Amino acid sequence: MTSFQINGRAVTVDVEDDTPLLWVIRDIIGLTGTKFGCGIGMCGACTVHVGGRPTRSCITPLRYVAGTEITTIEGLSAAGEHALQKAWIDLQVPQCGYCQAGQIMQAACLLKDFPTPSDQDIDAVMTGNLCRCMTYVRIRKAIKQAAAELRKVADNG
Amino acid sequence: MLKKLFVCFVALGFAGVVGFGALAWRSPIALISPPSPQSFAPEVVAKGEVLAAGGYCAECHTVKGGQTFAGGYGMGTPFGVLYSTNITPDPETGIGLWSEAAFARAMHEGVARDGSHLFPGFPFDHFTKLSDDDVKALYAYFMTRPPVRAPALTNTIPFPFSIRAFQAGWKILFFRPGRFERVAGKSEEWNRGAYLALGLSHCGACHTPRNLLGAEKAGDAYAGAVVDNWTAPPLTAANPAPAPWTQQELESYLRNGVSVLHGTAAGPMSPVVHGLSALPDADVRALAVYFADLDHAADRSLSANSEVARAMSYARLGTGQEFDADARLYTAACASCHYNSGHAPLAARPDLSLNSALNLPDPTNLIQVVLRGVSAEEGLPGVVMPAFERALSDSEIARIATYLRRTRTNLPPWPDVEAQVAAMRRQISASQ
Repeated sequence: MTSFQINGRAVTVDVEDDTPLLWVIRDIIGLTGTKFGCGIGMCGACTVHVGGRPTRSCITPLRYVAGTEITTIEGLSAAGEHALQKAWIDLQVPQCGYCQAGQIMQAACLLKDFPTPSDQDIDAVMTGNLCRCMTYVRIRKAIKQAAAELRKVADNG
Repeated sequence: MLKKLFVCFVALGFAGVVGFGALAWRSPIALISPPSPQSFAPEVVAKGEVLAAGGYCAECHTVKGGQTFAGGYGMGTPFGVLYSTNITPDPETGIGLWSEAAFARAMHEGVARDGSHLFPGFPFDHFTKLSDDDVKALYAYFMTRPPVRAPALTNTIPFPFSIRAFQAGWKILFFRPGRFERVAGKSEEWNRGAYLALGLSHCGACHTPRNLLGAEKAGDAYAGAVVDNWTAPPLTAANPAPAPWTQQELESYLRNGVSVLHGTAAGPMSPVVHGLSALPDADVRALAVYFADLDHAADRSLSANSEVARAMSYARLGTGQEFDADARLYTAACASCHYNSGHAPLAARPDLSLNSALNLPDPTNLIQVVLRGVSAEEGLPGVVMPAFERALSDSEIARIATYLRRTRTNLPPWPDVEAQVAAMRRQISASQ
């Protein structure tokens, strides 16, 4: 039995404790916004937040997250209105969309750590998130737009 | 003449055996009828609980998945496996019939109630420094735990090391019994830190190298050692982390499991942070004061800024259009969490160039962390690092380690990294 919070909801699951967190999130809890990409933590599609930090859930054993607070793309914002989600829609970032949940979760943490990200910051932090449709240019643009939006909110108090 | 000499030898030998026997002999201490839990004052029990956490008693006296303090944990030593014993108050298999005097003798002298010598896997060489009051509180705490029936397991220590009487010889050579003595000229805080480090929290048990007979080398205190396939780094000025372990860094690391310039506690260090979490802030600060003095952090505090600046100058490596395949591997697998920019690293982004794992003479700790990851219970609370054990090959992990060492330190390359990854992977699979 492993218990944790997911998107503010307490859950307890009864599976082997070395089950990858991603399987638990998708197959047991039923939140399918988080995607399976490579299964070896090298593409970023499965990125969720554990304790507020971006984490590749496909290679994170379930027992590692006992007692933690997990956020998936479904929980990033109640109404899907996180500055990144708005920028993503505004700039029509996705093409096929498969990697985008992971991209947004990774970017959300990027903006927390580096509120005014340079191209170098974006490249370093986002390189682990692959997009085979090559939407990288729009991703970078959307991150900068969201950063500006968040700064505006911060300035207006 | 020869006959006389022979008689002399026999007589000497006999005297030696009798002498050693007399020296090794410890009388049993009478069994008592189990005291009722109500006979212990609640405040003394509460104090004992804090002390038991700060001494990590449960860590060795609990087997994985087993009941707390019921023993059975196998400690791998160069001599064989030593199993911890049941320290719950079960009358038959635990310490339920031990008097306080018997418990105190075990703590202070390493002698069991029945008079047999304990192996120094039990750190009585540290606990001997504990005050009588603290030992009393620990006794009160253990005697009020739920009794668990769990017979002791048989050690695999081979003959003749298995003869407990020989431990008396070991003690003559290496063991100096006696309570902690204040060091004059040092502050109250320093002395409190020394008391905890040398006694209760037995830091030297992992961080001081041991000799061939398993005793801590007296002249090499805190010089660093290998423990459970991890490296316990030196706690002296020889510590290889680029930024000095100042009081502030130590305090943050020991209190929160993470410090900005040294990263997170992992492996065998994580239960230490857990245990210390029961101690008040003042005690953790005292430990920090003591170790910051031992490692001469004050003398090196000026170098911290330049070391941080050096570390931050590595930030751009691997972020641009690089055709170094190893750099790409690092950036894809590690940089999303470990990249830093600006003037100083963020605590939630452990900076690898400042981390002792990258600066130690061997890559053990770096490989361990990459393979195992870091669970939410370890290091920064509630945050995890995934386990790359099933994600990266031996060669990929070796390439990342070698790349980081090459680009982020001025130290010589590690030899045979790939073979070390393979060996450690085998060891981890065997332990699961």
